[in-house]
Amino acid sequence: MGGESIPIGRNFDGSLAGTRARPNFLQVLYRWIFTVDHKKLGILYISYGLLFLLVAGVEALMIRIQLFYPHNTFVSLFVYNRLFTMHGTTMVFFVGMPLIFGLANYLVPLMIGARDMAFPRLNAFSFWISALAGPLLYYSFVAGTGPAGTGSAPDVGWFAYAPLTERAFSPGHAMDYWTVSLLLSGVGSIGAAINILATVFCMRCKGMTLLRIPLLPWLYVTVSFLVLVAVSPLTACQIMLMIDRYLGGHFFDTRAGGSAMLWAHFFWIFGHPEVYVLVLPAFAVANEIIPVFSRKAIFGYPAMVAASISIGLISLGVWAHHMFTLGMTSFGNAFFTLSTMLVAIPTGIKIFNWLATMWGGKIRFEVPMLFSIAFLFQFLIAGLTGVMLSVSVWDWQLHNSYFVVAHFHYVLVGAIVFMIFAALYYWYPKMTGRMLDDRLGKWHFWLMVIGFHLTFDVMHFPGLLGMPRQIYNYEPDRGWTLMNQIISVGGFIQAIAVLIFVYNLVHSYFRGKKAGPDPWDAWTLEWLTSSPPPAYNFAIDPEVSSRRPLWDLKHPEDSDSAFE
Amino acid sequence: MASIPLQHSNHQETWTQPTRGTVAMVGLIIAESSIFTIFVVAYVYYLGRDVQGPTPKEVLDVPIFYTVCLLSSSFFIWLAERAIGHGKMAAFRLWWSITILLGITFLYGTATEWHKLIVRDQLTISTNLFGTTYYSLVGLHASHVVIGVIMMLVTVALAFAGAVGPQHAYRVRTLALYWHFVDAVWVVVFTVVYVVGR
Repeated sequence: MGGESIPIGRNFDGSLAGTRARPNFLQVLYRWIFTVDHKKLGILYISYGLLFLLVAGVEALMIRIQLFYPHNTFVSLFVYNRLFTMHGTTMVFFVGMPLIFGLANYLVPLMIGARDMAFPRLNAFSFWISALAGPLLYYSFVAGTGPAGTGSAPDVGWFAYAPLTERAFSPGHAMDYWTVSLLLSGVGSIGAAINILATVFCMRCKGMTLLRIPLLPWLYVTVSFLVLVAVSPLTACQIMLMIDRYLGGHFFDTRAGGSAMLWAHFFWIFGHPEVYVLVLPAFAVANEIIPVFSRKAIFGYPAMVAASISIGLISLGVWAHHMFTLGMTSFGNAFFTLSTMLVAIPTGIKIFNWLATMWGGKIRFEVPMLFSIAFLFQFLIAGLTGVMLSVSVWDWQLHNSYFVVAHFHYVLVGAIVFMIFAALYYWYPKMTGRMLDDRLGKWHFWLMVIGFHLTFDVMHFPGLLGMPRQIYNYEPDRGWTLMNQIISVGGFIQAIAVLIFVYNLVHSYFRGKKAGPDPWDAWTLEWLTSSPPPAYNFAIDPEVSSRRPLWDLKHPEDSDSAFE
Repeated sequence: MASIPLQHSNHQETWTQPTRGTVAMVGLIIAESSIFTIFVVAYVYYLGRDVQGPTPKEVLDVPIFYTVCLLSSSFFIWLAERAIGHGKMAAFRLWWSITILLGITFLYGTATEWHKLIVRDQLTISTNLFGTTYYSLVGLHASHVVIGVIMMLVTVALAFAGAVGPQHAYRVRTLALYWHFVDAVWVVVFTVVYVVGR
């Protein structure tokens, strides 16, 4: 882009080639909006995700305030429905997806020794179309209102079961905003996934054969494949729903013979792999952090790659375990019970490999490692309740109860959010050139752990006692009151932890310790270049001869390449 | 600011990786196949579940001629790929134009079929489940044909302007891959809608 003048104002030159002047606001804005640099887009994705994490977090807190007392009147029934719908939709599509794609954007090219993604402009397109989707969804609060005050933000649950979404039952425009927003977000995700695949397969630096790619890019290959196969059905569903709502089609219109089951199947064909789309990046981050802070190479690299790919493949055949209570044949029940249990095998391989990596290592308990260790325990428990729920007869008892809510929040918060925090503590120095404050980080970690366990450990029990999800009110004689109050208190402790984190992000940007290129004494290529990396990443294209190129550089007498 | 160079003298061998256009197009094809699968499943699932007509048997005619047009276009685009690979630009423009004409003929076939269905048989997308699933599945495919034809028209315009040369063979092959996919999808749609579903 060097030397071109740009159409903002007169005589405005955004290129700044050869000038050392401090850029003014418009120039900074221009650089961020028109950028095709994978690092800037990665940071944009991450900021977008964190912004919506705060928004959806506030919605979660409002839900928890409402459930603090029996018969609480903090919000009305209608507002409550909107809150949990928006909370779920936002957390999955506008927190989870941007954060995982942000990390991929920032890290994948650096880790494989490339100067950018394979398609920088597609990358910018994918980001901006996703960035349009979130505000569009929230605009429904303003413009979604239908006749007689109905509508105003979607209120059908994040899985939006048919026929509730048909025009007859959701007459306002709220569902239209929901469906267009998810369609756009899906297009952005597919674009990003294609880009990641092309980057990892075609942009690797010299010497980086498939079995020398660091595990993070490898896992993102699996994630991208899952996005292509599994997010596309959601896009197809949104097209069908739009045909129903705008053209009078009957895909999910039960009055004309359409099937509500079909939506449930289609949605969960997307919905279950989506969980793995979100959790595999958490594994990917653990694969990078645990070896570095254990001072050992990852245990069982080929097994880790194989396990990730098999998790990806198995996850495509388990969707109907979300639908045991919707009625299936006994063959269907048995099949989806067994296929779901099968996921535990590759996942178990991963957990044992992480433990084996830590075993006998010189573990450094820095903040990223603390989050990773908590992740290991929490993800194990999340997996165990998952196996419990995979048994269809057990699921019949607990379906749509708070036990299920506790289970999937254990995965989404206990594994994914924890590892996203770990990733930000680990790579923030690379992104900004400054370390995040360690003391604030430890406060963040411990408050998060305490809050998390107060909320989500306790949440299993009202579920076992029969408290259904998505209720805005409950009777005082059910024995759920104290538990709900503990859950709510835990939620607020987590909110304080997240606020400390946000403060830390801002504070350390200005006041943090200088990081230098390689603050953690790590081994992958992103630590080879300066922090933050220059626009071209590497002045000279690196060449690698092992999985840990920086180990080879630091220990030429004991290089990994001798063992591969 | 520059990074520490990380170089190895023992890497003199050539370093080849797949071309990114091909990988990206294969990725797009995987995603599109997934979308088409959902629409095909919906079509098959709703076959014969209508409470009111018209039914596929009553109104659908098998579009054999237009199917031959579309499927043979895959052959002509392959000839075009081969021609540009050998640097024969005149042949490329000829085969490429024939492909476009065949694509447009197919679209004309779809248009006349829809016109007949809407005007004579009173079948619209909101008439019944058959109408909904039929128009969306065939329409989804037709919209892919439209996109393919537009991209090929741009290419042929550039080719006649002299802006496409043998150095673009790889881009042409990437676009042709998309066209082959559109044709392959028609085999599935044709089988489901006109053979199995009728």
